[in-house]
Amino acid sequence: MAGTGTAHLRPPEETLLRVENLVVEFRAGRSGLKVHAVSNISLDVKQGETLGLVGESGCGKSTTGKAIMQLPPPTSGRVLFDGHDMTKLAGEELRSTRTAMKMIFQDPISSLNPRRKVEDIIAEGLRIWKTTSKEDEQKKIDEMMLAVGLDPALQRGRRPFQFSGGQCQRISIARAVVTDPKLIICDEPVSALDVSVQAQILNLLEDMKERYGLTLIFIAHDLAVVKNVSDRIVVMYLGKICEVGSPDVIYQHPAHPYTRVLLDAIPIPDPSVRPETRAKVVGEIPSPVAPPSGCRFRTRCPKAQPKCADEEPVIEEVQPGQFVACHFPLAPGETLPTRNGSGPLNV
Amino acid sequence: MIRRKKTTFPGTERFADAPLDGPLLEVDEVKTQFKTERGLVHAVDGVSFTLERGKTIGIVGESGCGKSVLSRSIMGLLPTNVVRHGSIKFEGHEIGHAKAAEMRPFWGTQMAMVFQDPMTSLNPVMRIGSQITESLRVHFDVTKEYADETAVALLVSVGIPEAERRMQEYPHQLSGGMRQRVMLAIALACGPKLLFADEPTTALDVTVQAQILDLLQQQQRERFMAMVLVTHDLGVVAGRTDDIAVMYAGRVVERAPTRSLFEHTRHPYTEALLKSIPKLAMPSHARLDAIAGRPPDLVKPPSGCKFAARCPYAQPKCLTDEPPLDDPDQPGHSYRCFFPVGSQAGRDALTRNLAAGETATGLPVRKEGEAVLTGVTG
Repeated sequence: MAGTGTAHLRPPEETLLRVENLVVEFRAGRSGLKVHAVSNISLDVKQGETLGLVGESGCGKSTTGKAIMQLPPPTSGRVLFDGHDMTKLAGEELRSTRTAMKMIFQDPISSLNPRRKVEDIIAEGLRIWKTTSKEDEQKKIDEMMLAVGLDPALQRGRRPFQFSGGQCQRISIARAVVTDPKLIICDEPVSALDVSVQAQILNLLEDMKERYGLTLIFIAHDLAVVKNVSDRIVVMYLGKICEVGSPDVIYQHPAHPYTRVLLDAIPIPDPSVRPETRAKVVGEIPSPVAPPSGCRFRTRCPKAQPKCADEEPVIEEVQPGQFVACHFPLAPGETLPTRNGSGPLNV
Repeated sequence: MIRRKKTTFPGTERFADAPLDGPLLEVDEVKTQFKTERGLVHAVDGVSFTLERGKTIGIVGESGCGKSVLSRSIMGLLPTNVVRHGSIKFEGHEIGHAKAAEMRPFWGTQMAMVFQDPMTSLNPVMRIGSQITESLRVHFDVTKEYADETAVALLVSVGIPEAERRMQEYPHQLSGGMRQRVMLAIALACGPKLLFADEPTTALDVTVQAQILDLLQQQQRERFMAMVLVTHDLGVVAGRTDDIAVMYAGRVVERAPTRSLFEHTRHPYTEALLKSIPKLAMPSHARLDAIAGRPPDLVKPPSGCKFAARCPYAQPKCLTDEPPLDDPDQPGHSYRCFFPVGSQAGRDALTRNLAAGETATGLPVRKEGEAVLTGVTG
């Protein structure tokens, strides 16, 4: 899984955001060890597209989102956004360029200031940048609240604790969209919500995207959720990219063993699909302090061979529009060992 | 000669007279209410079910539907501001109003629980080994060496590598999945007949979730243990339980064998829950059928059917009369609805609502019973 390489990138003139060879490392305490959170990944997003970033905890998906925002700036690599290299900017220049990017966070309640009124939370960006007059500001708040399904007359003076989790996430969306950003990075926006509310928020994000012409990066661990909203999916594992492609292709013919395992781990609400007939997952994600050599997924991969330890796979196109970083990609229809032990391959 | 420490609680011998047949657990009209400043919260409002030995039941519902309070009511793990009604029988023993001291012999040896968050449920300053042997040493007259050997065997059986070394470690040294395995080892230590798993995988990654669910199922089968699996995710219970009870606003709204519940869904709430889950087989950008609105306030629950305000099938009758939990079409498949999904009455109700553009509660509806989202806040 290693996922070095840029074969999956599209021509720069077609994209709004282009991330090249992004590396983010943190110091692990005073031990001198390094946490390799993101190791040399590249990705791009076209105007109006939704890019889904999916993987388990610790795969570096949130770190990637934050590094694009320069929170903190990456260790190395380039982040080209709308003609600017974000990593080269600093101070006032970075601040003003970054207004065109917004984030929506996982925990809707703790990401809103509990002491402020909803209208002030939504209007803060407008007030900081002084882009709108006082009267227009009120109109804009009303418009935003209505767009996300809140009642401005009744609810604009309320504070976050008076709202449910789903409503707080609606406020977060209004706050992000109000300044007309070009790109919104949604970091696990529905993971903390009930399944019924999750559907409401996913529908709302699709509506807002259409209405305001937004471009989204959608980060989540649930492949079914990501598939529902994305135009292109990037599957990550331990700081590397495994597979890139359109959601329907990845779902029908996953080429990376990890993608297959991830798909088969999703619980399906259908009793005729027996859990024991689905692909087996062994072990847990290794520590990013000392990632495995070669392909980082090899320690859990049922197809691992000696080559996988020695050599890092490079991203290659397996079929038009589908890119995979694997020495032994799955052929269409190829299966992995199932959980009850039987299967064509040795573990 | 048996030497007994003063602190020893009765172990299995206390239940030497326990019957070997008959249902393991009988829950009858259980009501659990919390006294708060706003008034009585009807968290569990008249739930009945029976669980046979070695069987599994899934309890499913949104946050706040009372599913966790129900399992805690059965275990007797409730705070002091609680009012309890109804009867809970475990192997014929009435435990519906038992105090903590009376419940203590049951905990661990008869029934045990695995909680949602393995980090906060484990004691952070106690070694893994001591946390597993604690209940063994309390309930059974065993030596420390024997308890330690048992604990190592338990850790091996729940799939923890290097079990002997792990015995000496603390919870923070383990990953989330490993901690949940330790929680399970603790719960299984005294060989309970009934295991409660309260959202056991909600805090875990999807691949680890699959492993833990497989492990729970394997242990449940090997030990012929009954299990109550509490979750908000119908996907989690689909392939793994014998029966499912769907809860809404403190009540069971539909209860059926798993296959029947999915294949012949009767209650509109169950249908709505199923529809709101994004499925892998759906094309991307497919619009999800969200459930409009929010669950009712449990201090002042509405009269009539509790789900009426969010239900695309709602008729005037639903606002005044509460449907009983009954199984008219198929024995064992009971539901609370006057206009069930898949019946002529249900189809007629939906047709009427579609023609009117709204339900009896004023909820706008359009094609296929999908509620209009605009203006509805969640």
